[in-house]
Amino acid sequence: MVPDADFTSYYGKPVLNAPTWEALDIAGYLFLGGLAGGSSLVAAGAQATGQRDLARVAKIGSTTAAALSLLALIHDLGRPTRFLNMLRMFKPTSPMSVGSWILFAYVPASTGATVLDLADRLPTAGALATGGAAVLAPALASYTAALISNTAVPSWHEGRHEMPFVFVASGAMAAAGLGLLAAPRAETAAVRRLGIGAGVAELALAETMERRAGMVGESFRAGRAGKYRRAARSLVGAGVLGTLVARERGGLLSRAAGAALLAGSACTRFAIFEAGVESARDPRYTIVPQRERLDARKRAAPNDGLPRR
Amino acid sequence: MSVARPGRGFENGPDPAGASGYVDAPPRMGFFTDTSVCIGCKACEVACKEWNLVPEDGLVFTGMSYDNTQALSANTWRHVAFIEQPKRIEVPATAGEDVGVAPAAAQFRWLMSSDVCKHCTEAACLDVCPTGSLFRTEFGTVVVQQDICNGCGYCVPACPYGVIDQRPDDGRVFKCTLCYDRLKVGSEPACAQACPTASIQFGPLDELRERAGRRLGGLHDEGVVEARLYGHDPEDGVGGDGAFFLLLDEPEVYGLPPDPVVTTRDLVSTWKAVAVAAAALVAGVSASFAFGRR
Repeated sequence: MVPDADFTSYYGKPVLNAPTWEALDIAGYLFLGGLAGGSSLVAAGAQATGQRDLARVAKIGSTTAAALSLLALIHDLGRPTRFLNMLRMFKPTSPMSVGSWILFAYVPASTGATVLDLADRLPTAGALATGGAAVLAPALASYTAALISNTAVPSWHEGRHEMPFVFVASGAMAAAGLGLLAAPRAETAAVRRLGIGAGVAELALAETMERRAGMVGESFRAGRAGKYRRAARSLVGAGVLGTLVARERGGLLSRAAGAALLAGSACTRFAIFEAGVESARDPRYTIVPQRERLDARKRAAPNDGLPRR
Repeated sequence: MSVARPGRGFENGPDPAGASGYVDAPPRMGFFTDTSVCIGCKACEVACKEWNLVPEDGLVFTGMSYDNTQALSANTWRHVAFIEQPKRIEVPATAGEDVGVAPAAAQFRWLMSSDVCKHCTEAACLDVCPTGSLFRTEFGTVVVQQDICNGCGYCVPACPYGVIDQRPDDGRVFKCTLCYDRLKVGSEPACAQACPTASIQFGPLDELRERAGRRLGGLHDEGVVEARLYGHDPEDGVGGDGAFFLLLDEPEVYGLPPDPVVTTRDLVSTWKAVAVAAAALVAGVSASFAFGRR
């Protein structure tokens, strides 16, 4: 990549302070939140269509993912014992505050649905809990896009209009992957369709997001982000193809394809996370687009607020 | 639990303290840092550390001129930047014949600037803070309540200036408070008090903006055409800074973003995209089940 000739910085130092978040905690959370949200919807769909085994797999998946994601979030706090301070306020300007309340409502619903299913008790309460989790699930699977986009991090902020779609596709794909991996073959028709559709959508939407970000999109292709991105493409591609082929052939291929979709979703989240960190660390991604914007404005109104020359 | 008021499209307008619910708030206070008279003494850095008990972090040789604190961080709330520039220095005609300028100095200039938290009108750190630890004071400044911060770190990448940061050994985030404790008792912030050249000026923001306008006009009249104000404009991407600057070169030369925009300005449209995506997810999963079990 040829450096921009007009690009100046202070000794190459970043303008922004990069996120202090651990990749495993926060990229992991983005993946788990999507998996949990997608799985709760699959659980509700399976329950409504009388596919009990798929419903159970999805419920266990959603509750496990939600529990792990809570642990990851608390683990990432600088002061973990103060995690309940997340519930001091409800702040629509803070997607993290909104998300805390979504999780606060979602975790009991999802856990209730799973426990009642496993215990085979109180079917009405179980159905209500399943429904409740499914109502909150779309918010859980999508709000994390607002969370990371609502920062000064160039590649996250530039991707703000595509990110929610990438995230829901990725979450649906992960949930479908889990269904294909763990549910009995007789109940995998819906998740097969979901996996193929969401997989293709995820590939296309991530590509669109990267292209629309302009020069900032480079951060998705370089370094660690690029490695995750390429791995994600291969895994999702293999998962979609495997799912298509497995329709005619055996169950093992179908399960392997499901695992590939799950892993592909995780790689997409890590790629987006790492691209953001890289775009915050390299002052080029902050300064060049801002300088272009400023210069364009000055060309439009040459005497507005400029020093005299 | 309290519910924060989102306001008009999440924005404060010209009076951030009033928008935050203060009645009869004192005038909005701020800094005007005139870098044209900064001599790089770092008295501001030292005074800030002493007063606010900020841990040391600058005992390294960076090779960046006289700069050894490098950037604003959890442990550097005033940062003096040093830039050595090859540039011809024009001696004003009014200086007369008796002002001798060494040949080397005539090819070289030194830029020095004391950077600080901007105490934005639209403060991203405050907007994104999920606990309410970051708050707007009655002086219109932005301060972290250390007994509430749980170290979630969201404010760190939200700040468009790279100011607030986490102390790894502590877990919480820290930044300039504009000496909230000193303001409460009618004193000026430690850095401004320690500044020997009045490069750091403290006062009501309205007055500072007027003073800065006069100083800019004076410099332009003296032929310092490269002088410009930064962060003074209430129409800019953060609604104007509570701490603004007079610079002698482009902002990025000093490590400042040329055209920062508070991220929350785009949050309404982002939430709309989230809502559409969430609906698309429901539609997608429903469709997958609608086509039956084969």
